[in-house]
Amino acid sequence: MKVTITTLMASALAAVAGGAMAQEMTIVSWGGAYSKSQLKAYHEPYSEKTGITILNDDSSNEAVAKLRAMNEAGNITWDVVDVVASDAIRLCDEGLAMEIDHDTMLEPAPDGSPASEDFGELIVSDCYIPSIVYSTTFGYRTDLVGDNPPTEICAVFDLETYPGKRSLEKRPINNMEWALLCDGVAKDDVYDVLATPEGQDQALAKLDTIKDSVVWWSAGADTPQLLADGEVVMGSTYNGRLFSVIEEQNQPVAMLWDAQVFDIDGWIIPAGLDEERKQRALDYLRFATDTQRLADQAKYISYGPARASSAPLVGQHAELGIDMAPHMPTDPENAKNTFLYNYEFWADYRDDIDAKFQAWLAQ
Amino acid sequence: MTDATQSGPMLAADGTPLKKSLARSLRRRKLRALALIAPLLLFVMLSFVIPIVSMLMRSVENGIVAETLPLTVVELQNWDAEGGELPDEALYAAFIKDMIVAVEAKTHTRLGTRLNYEQTGMSSMFRKSGRNIKRLDPEADAPFKEKLIEIHDGWGDVETWRTIKTHAVPITNGYFLNAVDMRRTPEGAQAQPEDKQILIKLFGRTLMMSLIITGACILLAYPVSYLLATLPMRVSNLLMILVLLPFWTSLLVRTSAWKVMLQQQGVINETLVWLGLVADDARLVIINNQFGTIIAMTHILLPFMILPMYSVMQTIPPSYTRAAKSMGATNWTTFWRIYFPQSIPGIGAGSILVFILAIGYYITPEIVGGTKGVFISNRIAYHISSSLNWGLAAALGTILLAVVLLLYWCYDKIVGIDNVKLG
Repeated sequence: MKVTITTLMASALAAVAGGAMAQEMTIVSWGGAYSKSQLKAYHEPYSEKTGITILNDDSSNEAVAKLRAMNEAGNITWDVVDVVASDAIRLCDEGLAMEIDHDTMLEPAPDGSPASEDFGELIVSDCYIPSIVYSTTFGYRTDLVGDNPPTEICAVFDLETYPGKRSLEKRPINNMEWALLCDGVAKDDVYDVLATPEGQDQALAKLDTIKDSVVWWSAGADTPQLLADGEVVMGSTYNGRLFSVIEEQNQPVAMLWDAQVFDIDGWIIPAGLDEERKQRALDYLRFATDTQRLADQAKYISYGPARASSAPLVGQHAELGIDMAPHMPTDPENAKNTFLYNYEFWADYRDDIDAKFQAWLAQ
Repeated sequence: MTDATQSGPMLAADGTPLKKSLARSLRRRKLRALALIAPLLLFVMLSFVIPIVSMLMRSVENGIVAETLPLTVVELQNWDAEGGELPDEALYAAFIKDMIVAVEAKTHTRLGTRLNYEQTGMSSMFRKSGRNIKRLDPEADAPFKEKLIEIHDGWGDVETWRTIKTHAVPITNGYFLNAVDMRRTPEGAQAQPEDKQILIKLFGRTLMMSLIITGACILLAYPVSYLLATLPMRVSNLLMILVLLPFWTSLLVRTSAWKVMLQQQGVINETLVWLGLVADDARLVIINNQFGTIIAMTHILLPFMILPMYSVMQTIPPSYTRAAKSMGATNWTTFWRIYFPQSIPGIGAGSILVFILAIGYYITPEIVGGTKGVFISNRIAYHISSSLNWGLAAALGTILLAVVLLLYWCYDKIVGIDNVKLG
């Protein structure tokens, strides 16, 4: 009954809104500086070109849960949704996102090679159109580490050389991998080891050695604040956040790119849109994920474009006028030692390891 | 004389019995009253009762296995889960038929997610196998047992089939068992492994800390309310604004402000170090732990204690205390025997408000609670928005609701709900 009522109300609303709806679309993203970069690079030029009004909704954080609820209510109000890769995989699994044929629905690269080749292995799900590569990495206070700035990830676990607090995300993902790396596990074996209960215990035991010196964060803005206030000597967060602390706010902070974990952010279209809205969403995405547009976004935020063909086009920051290429996580200088978030592994193990991790935290 | 002979029921002006006429007019009035509250009732039903009930129902609903794999579930009934032998070809064939339908409807990955809560690895097993099973033909490609095990060796593991069989029931107690650190197994309910037990602890911590916060609120609010109720109007109005100002400020702003105050490089620590009360390398740790949660939540919930206390205290006639004093009572006796008993209904109302609000808090503990100051609501939020295990979230929510109702009942038995006044 709930469904019928909601559908009735939705269709009534749609009938009332009628013509106005045709020229509007709702795009969901993360808010803050990230949404601003999308607004400048994608939304504004697209609105100018087509006259379509774009409404922003900063709900990407709860996108999966909300899309599931909308799907159950039979009333999907979003047209295009920006999500991280692991969420895209889950949405695709749950049948909540539409499958995309990358080669026919997206622009080819300027040299004519099809989109699926241009994006390459970043297309981690059939429903997903990647737009940027970001990384989770560490920043440290340059004034608190003396003459011996950290150069590698295991400095995080070295309380003797670098005393003081560190901030880590309040979830097992990334932390468990770093712990194993610094406990002598080879990079290629990390996920094999982490798949066993003994490996999980090993990672937690390593984290145990610094547990008393860790401030656990749950919002991306926490580490920048903790670093700026001098609460922590080093901390993990998204590289774009550190860029703004270092370059825009001029704090005495530097990046430790070692063992940065790459992750992808990009678009999905909710399943079950009517044909008209679906075509409009696809038209927007064809525009917003072409080679030039992806390179344009890097003018406003230090995340790497997901197309290989966009990399040479990355220019300078729109306001600061500094070269953006050296601040990209994908820059060869920064990407000497990297990890790619293992989606398959975490899709399976996330609940299991998270339960252990939370129980360990609560001890 | 005619009146005396007529011994029947008293009649109204129009000749109907008075009793009937009265009942009719009362009924009409009741209907009118009902019509007046009908919009509210409907609103509450639609926007509150029905969603909550449907959410609570999720804690036992488990139709997904039988709906996605109907033939397999029937075949599983004939399979001896205890025998340690793999199921026979008939079951594998049924499974392939079910999966071909499920892959077409894209429901197999959803089932994989559901079963992954019970056995790690199911999610990718269903996703990967789905791609290959799509290509099989239910008639021509038989037999399937070998083929399926080749696609993913998980299908050759007895545990896989035991898990599916255990969770094939349409109504399950599995989520409730999970919510109290147990799990549903083929052998019945068992405790979770020790390194995954956390929820009971969180329930206990939530109740304990909510009680502490309620207690702290009572201690802080009582003198403030007393002042508000006894000072002259002009002064007390000013004080009232000071109470209400933070009440009108956004919850997030207030919580973040506490972060600035309490962190190690924060206002309090800086001041103490400057005064020389605390050494620079031994700054107090007063945030990201239980203490931080208690401080921030006490501050945020304080107005909910002050307001009912204040409105009750305002109604206590000052002449009573004067009378007591005139008969020789000391200040303390006057307060304890005369004033305090009359203010108890305010304490009761405030305590219920604060306690029930505290038990469901999650933003503040998330921000200032670190690891030891988080509540059960933080896990509920995690399961709603991150793990998508809505069944478990619903079970946790149901238990929390039941605990609150139970405590309310105890409160009614011990203190009496009639003793609660909001003014």
